[in-house]
Amino acid sequence: MGSPAPAGEGSASVATSTSPGLKAPTRRGTELVMLSFAAGLVTLALILVELNQERSLSLRILYLGLAYLGLFACAHLAVRRWAPYADPAILPCVALLNGLGLVVIHRIDLALEGTVFPDGSTWDPVAFKQVIWTGIGLLLFAATLKFLPDHRMLARFGYTFGLVGLVALLLPGVLPGFIAPTINGAKIWLRIGPLSIQPGEFAKILLMVFFAAFLVSKRDLFTVAGRRFLGMDLPRARDLGPLFAAWGVTVAVMVLQKDLGSSLLFFGIVLVLLYIATERAAWVVLGLGLFSGGAIIAWKLFTHVQQRVANWQDPIARYDVVGGGYQISQSLFALATGGIGGAGLGAGRPEMIPESNTDFITAVIGEELGFIGFAALLLVYMIFALRGLRGAISVRDSFGKLLGGGLAFAVCFQVFIVVGGITKLIPMTGITAPFLSYGGSSLLANYILVALLLRISAAARAPQRIAKPKPQQPAIADQHTVMVERPK
Amino acid sequence: MNTPLRRVGMAMMVMILLLLGNATWVQVINADEWRKNAYNRRVLLDEYARKRGLITVADGTVIADVKETSDRLRFLRTYGAGKAYAPVTGYLSVTYGTSGMERAENDLLNGSDDRLFARRVSALITGRDPVGGNVQLTLDAKVQQTAYDQLTAKGFTGSVVAIKPDTGEILAMASTPSYDPNLLASHDVNEQAAAWKQLNADDSGDPLLNRATQALYPAGSTLKVVVAAAALADGKNKDSQYTAKGSITLPGSTRPLPNFNGTPCGPGETVSMETALAKSCNTAFGEMAGQLGANKLRRQAEKFGFNDPDLTVPLVVETSTLGPIPDDAALYQTGIGQRDVQITPLENAVIAATIANNGKRMQPYLVSKILGPDLKAIDETDPDEVETAMSTANANALRDMMIQSEINTGGEGRLQNVQVASKTGTAEHGVDVTKNNPHAWYIAFAPAQKPEIAIAVIVEDGGDRGLGATGGKVAAPIGRAVMNAYLAGR
Repeated sequence: MGSPAPAGEGSASVATSTSPGLKAPTRRGTELVMLSFAAGLVTLALILVELNQERSLSLRILYLGLAYLGLFACAHLAVRRWAPYADPAILPCVALLNGLGLVVIHRIDLALEGTVFPDGSTWDPVAFKQVIWTGIGLLLFAATLKFLPDHRMLARFGYTFGLVGLVALLLPGVLPGFIAPTINGAKIWLRIGPLSIQPGEFAKILLMVFFAAFLVSKRDLFTVAGRRFLGMDLPRARDLGPLFAAWGVTVAVMVLQKDLGSSLLFFGIVLVLLYIATERAAWVVLGLGLFSGGAIIAWKLFTHVQQRVANWQDPIARYDVVGGGYQISQSLFALATGGIGGAGLGAGRPEMIPESNTDFITAVIGEELGFIGFAALLLVYMIFALRGLRGAISVRDSFGKLLGGGLAFAVCFQVFIVVGGITKLIPMTGITAPFLSYGGSSLLANYILVALLLRISAAARAPQRIAKPKPQQPAIADQHTVMVERPK
Repeated sequence: MNTPLRRVGMAMMVMILLLLGNATWVQVINADEWRKNAYNRRVLLDEYARKRGLITVADGTVIADVKETSDRLRFLRTYGAGKAYAPVTGYLSVTYGTSGMERAENDLLNGSDDRLFARRVSALITGRDPVGGNVQLTLDAKVQQTAYDQLTAKGFTGSVVAIKPDTGEILAMASTPSYDPNLLASHDVNEQAAAWKQLNADDSGDPLLNRATQALYPAGSTLKVVVAAAALADGKNKDSQYTAKGSITLPGSTRPLPNFNGTPCGPGETVSMETALAKSCNTAFGEMAGQLGANKLRRQAEKFGFNDPDLTVPLVVETSTLGPIPDDAALYQTGIGQRDVQITPLENAVIAATIANNGKRMQPYLVSKILGPDLKAIDETDPDEVETAMSTANANALRDMMIQSEINTGGEGRLQNVQVASKTGTAEHGVDVTKNNPHAWYIAFAPAQKPEIAIAVIVEDGGDRGLGATGGKVAAPIGRAVMNAYLAGR
């Protein structure tokens, strides 16, 4: 259980002063040990890649591994300083996922090195860029912890966040093509100078903050029972507004941006937040009904939706069709050829998998690490999400519970959508795998998400500050009987 | 709010469990379906990255080699002897898969065969790349080359199969027109595609077809040895008498069954079985088949190896059959190897070899030895007697009749000082037999008293003789040259 709280740290002394004799362990030492383990695993993964690619091994790899550990040691120090009671397992999970992502992106760079594409361009290695993004992400992470000492501060800006989030979500869909280009069929990017950003990744968090704040303030409204139907308390019609609004946004994202994955993710998050706030399954049932309806209409109207569904039903039959089952087939080939034990890191054939370093990065991992590695990866995600949820359960305020639950669910649901897509469990919708996929926007947004989860878990585990200890007085019943002289 | 939060937690675990379950299905339980899918080139690429085993002929000459390259596929398959052996070796192509021995012995050649397990483990421990095993064939280089040269000298389309009668070893298996497998094995995708297109063009003559094992022909008069064998087994002998008429009417029909050119088989009313076989008289053999009945005929044919759908040498062999034989007319026609009789050149060579081997049918085979990467023998094929198709006495009687047949047969290239037993065939085919040139057959073995080689030769569509082609004129010289090459080379 835990490690001695480092002496001389402000936070530790606060704990000592507020609850004497009841020093709650911060468990930061545990976090550091697990971080070192994660960095060790990542270094080992890098060594395996270099060995299997028959590149010369040098001490450079060890330095890279140490540098990676150093990067996360800085993040660790930030947590120590600004959120000492944060959950110790979350950051190591992130370090492991992000590190594995970097190694695999580097490995894909090696595989695609020298590839000339049909348009004459050559492959541009991106691993280094992703390292830079990781650094920026960790800075953002530390900054979030420093400037947000209490997550409840966010609730105050709920509506602002909501508006900004909504604009960010819909912006690429409505802007003209030169600033919001369509890439791989989806119109979700903004191009500003040399930078491409995906505002939707940030919008996801902003909207979650808004919804959490909104639901907490209006919570009572939603719990007022409407009519009873089939044993469920249906909400009153006028309270359905927010749900319909969210549904409208979802459909807009699906239509304007052709981004099925994001719309599914967004709608799922809204539903779960509604459910947590109201404790009523009726919302979920209603929402699922709405979503199914929307999905069926979209399927009838839009060819890109029909394509995805057909590709999912029988990828091989549509293998040669343009926009057909080629991608998902390659992913399944990779996973199946990897089998139980995998081809070995650096020994697979990621060059055959399309979009290998973004949407299909988990297929690369499934091929090279096999079912064993793939399952381990999913379990790391699960630990991450469940630890986040744990913070939400133990935090005392409703806003924290809602936001924490929503954030944790968002990560898990995103993993479900993307991994379910590449393994043909559900139709492929194309979103990034959190912390693994190449891409700055996704990484930065997810680091903010981690900071928020840590902030909430820190609030949950920190000893409660007791305003002023009252002078000890025995209860009235326990007090001595005092002889009162009868007035004469 | 904690109850719904806990339920969300459950939902998250269910989602991850669903993903794990599905991953188990894709990567473990159902993995083979995706792994072996024709679109999945990973397995093929892995095979190319491994040094493939060699294919050699009996004297050790390498006919399929590997050369290390600097490109992505690492090892290039080369076929030194090219066209002469292509029907046997087949090809190994990244785009078009494998055929022939490359396919039949693929597991061994690419090193994944169970018999190479111990060597794979040791390669794993010593850190060397695993290497495929080598296949040594029974083919005799000189016989194979002669067979191929004989067929191609006049541009014939056809096939030659030579078998060692007492073991079943296949000494030669030629099929023409042939192709250069090096073009399909090329690592240049465009070169492969161009070659593939050319080989599959309508006017290419179907070079990728190994006629020895994959083509079915009407047997023509060569089937008369099977009918004779059935008659001998039925108690007849070489002096049994049959009609000598130049033409008879098929029973239950008005259609005639004439002899070649309608010539009577002899001066009298009847003729002996020996003469009928020597002169290849259709009327006599139609009657003989009619007397035997379909069942006895079929049983004898099966003893010679007909109706064996599982035959592999290890190349897959098409099934030779007598056809349905619905009525007596069909029975008569079957007796002279026409109607629905379908036979591969390999099966016809097996018939000759069985008669040569005192009626004992040996399993034909192409692979004599399997060698490890270190050239130590891992496995050797032992000759396998499948069944006794004829009694020794009957086999000898049939052999004597076939000696008379050889004497009666024209054509060039008769062997000096060696007695040959043979039977020719001129198989009509197609709708209009007056326009389609007949296939020319020749089956034989030599020396007749102590056979060392049995052969079957087919030249499609009359070779260079057109409608006037006969087995004796077109196919016999080729067969004799092939036997001579073997006997002279001992």
